[in-house]
Amino acid sequence: MLPPFHHQREDAVSAPTSTPTPTTATPPKAVQQPGDRIFAGAARGAGILILVVLAGVAAFLVIQAVPAILAPSSELPGGTSLFAYIGPLIFGTLLSALIALLIATPLAVAVALFITHYAPRRLAQGLGYLIDLLAAVPSIVFGLWGVAVLAPASLGLSTWLTTYLGWIPLFAGPVSATGRTMLVVGITLAVMILPIITAVSREVFLQTPRLHEEAALALGATRWEMIRMAVLPFGRSGIISGAMLGLGRALGETMAVAIILSGSGIITFNLISSSNPSSIAANIALQFPDSTGLAVNTLIASGLVLFLITLLVNSLARYIINRRREFSGAN
Amino acid sequence: MSIENRVDVESQVEPPPPQAPVTLVHAELPRWAPYGILAGSLVVVGGLLAATGSFGVGLFVFLSAIVFGLATYVISRVVEGGRKATDRLVTIVVTVAFLIALIPLISVVITVVGNGVARFDGAFFTSSMRGVVGEGGGGYHAIVGTLIITALAAVMSIPIGVLTAVYLVEYGVKSRLARAITFFVDVMTGIPSIVAGLFAFALFALFFGPSIRLGFAGAVALSVLMIPVVVRSTEEMLKIVPNELREAAFALGTPKWRTIMKVVIPTSIAGIVSGITLAIARVIGETAPLLIIAGLTTGVNFNPFSGRMTTLPVFAFNSYAAPGVPREPFIDRAWTSALVLIIIVLVLNLVARLVARVFAPKTR
Repeated sequence: MLPPFHHQREDAVSAPTSTPTPTTATPPKAVQQPGDRIFAGAARGAGILILVVLAGVAAFLVIQAVPAILAPSSELPGGTSLFAYIGPLIFGTLLSALIALLIATPLAVAVALFITHYAPRRLAQGLGYLIDLLAAVPSIVFGLWGVAVLAPASLGLSTWLTTYLGWIPLFAGPVSATGRTMLVVGITLAVMILPIITAVSREVFLQTPRLHEEAALALGATRWEMIRMAVLPFGRSGIISGAMLGLGRALGETMAVAIILSGSGIITFNLISSSNPSSIAANIALQFPDSTGLAVNTLIASGLVLFLITLLVNSLARYIINRRREFSGAN
Repeated sequence: MSIENRVDVESQVEPPPPQAPVTLVHAELPRWAPYGILAGSLVVVGGLLAATGSFGVGLFVFLSAIVFGLATYVISRVVEGGRKATDRLVTIVVTVAFLIALIPLISVVITVVGNGVARFDGAFFTSSMRGVVGEGGGGYHAIVGTLIITALAAVMSIPIGVLTAVYLVEYGVKSRLARAITFFVDVMTGIPSIVAGLFAFALFALFFGPSIRLGFAGAVALSVLMIPVVVRSTEEMLKIVPNELREAAFALGTPKWRTIMKVVIPTSIAGIVSGITLAIARVIGETAPLLIIAGLTTGVNFNPFSGRMTTLPVFAFNSYAAPGVPREPFIDRAWTSALVLIIIVLVLNLVARLVARVFAPKTR
């Protein structure tokens, strides 16, 4: 973090003595007005403030979580240890996000391919906006939609699954009468993360070198063969990172899960029964308004765990994106 | 190469063996074939379902798509060969995937409009929930809360976000600080909204005790979510300002900060405004952080620095999750809140697109 400051001090010092002398080796420095210094300082200050805020998020969460970590397990909500309390929540969070990811990723890649390579050129941009609109719908609305439309609509599917595929533990049943199941949560989350995976994949697919595509077509490849040979290999890391960004969003999604599931602290892979694990975020949203004292600290500790998980997933996604940017020649 | 050689080479070329004339064109299905097969599968599936008496729209569309895909693959494989058949199949799969992705969007809009229109009346926009137990009442207090909190968040986020983007593009190019900021802004984009709410709570609870609920704290939580979006979009817009414009300004002796204020930002203002509008649209629908830190109240509260403040998403959630004794009025109000929210978000999106299009600099 030193170089920028150093750089500016150099500017400031040389400013008064900047009578241009053609013989000197260094080019004359521009005159720095006070306005310049204030503006540059404000810009850098804003940037540093962002780092401070992020550090603050982590610091304040840790401060508030410490009492729960140090407290004896008998004083915690449920009278269990912190791990036993958060464990099922972590499980529910991961399970719902994983279902969402499994549903959304293939769909999103197909949608991105449709927009970039199949849709009529004139329509492509408008269709892209349409998918982006999906990202703009507030999560609370998706939650209401999930519980009012998707849950009843899923009953037929759930019954079918448990009748014919009931031997798989995932679909063991018995089918929940309300349809408020883990499966419905997964589908709702999939709808919510679809736009972000689509957006990232679309960007990478559009960056595929035109010459690669035309070369494949010139060799007689069909459109699908061209996509398989030129577009998909080029966009693979883009798809992966898009999927991980989507995963990050699904992990932290609160309201849809909070509305649809009435969670209990159990661990089960059964996706279509009426007893489901809740997720960290949903549990916080539901419990927080009525909690006091140590219960609040426990919830914040679970929030800290969620923060760390999403931080990990997102950093990994960004790392993949940035690594690919360096050799893609896109910039 | 000598003439003799060339003649030599030509004499070595054998005449084509007498066989069936080689065509360079494969057998191909006529252009109308996909439509024909589609119509055929619709008729067949519809007929079968009607005959077995188990007709349902969902099942009909689902089975038709499968039959259409299979029929196309088989017919194309017989006529055109395997490669072409795979190509046609993938085209169908990709198109169907796109249509599937549109279903939720359409379904959400229909559901919300259908359920929300019942209470989409004057009373909803003019009365709060103070003293309301059953029917009547409205979301006036929630709309006020949403507007105040979002406006405060925007006031905090826009200067910080835009200035940071200016730093990243104009001042800190490639410096360690700039790289760190870029990385952490990306990371910040992925912070779960509920964690932002917990952060605001943890921050304000240190000063005001653990029962603190404050509109302003909600705005702080929303800023944490909004700043990275503003930074990203503004950064993208500043990056596409041509360097020639900056150099021309410098050549006229303009100081850097005036170049940025008078040349760079005005050039990209359309994109910046549109990005900010989208950022506002994103945070205006946030529920989780406000549920935690802004709390819930039935009356109108104009002062973000004192007392609880209800916002539309929280109002919708609470009406739905914890309805009063006649259940219907609460559910109706929840849907109307969702409808108002969707309208606000769609209008903001539309405004953003229009601003970007109408005020875009004429580059050519």
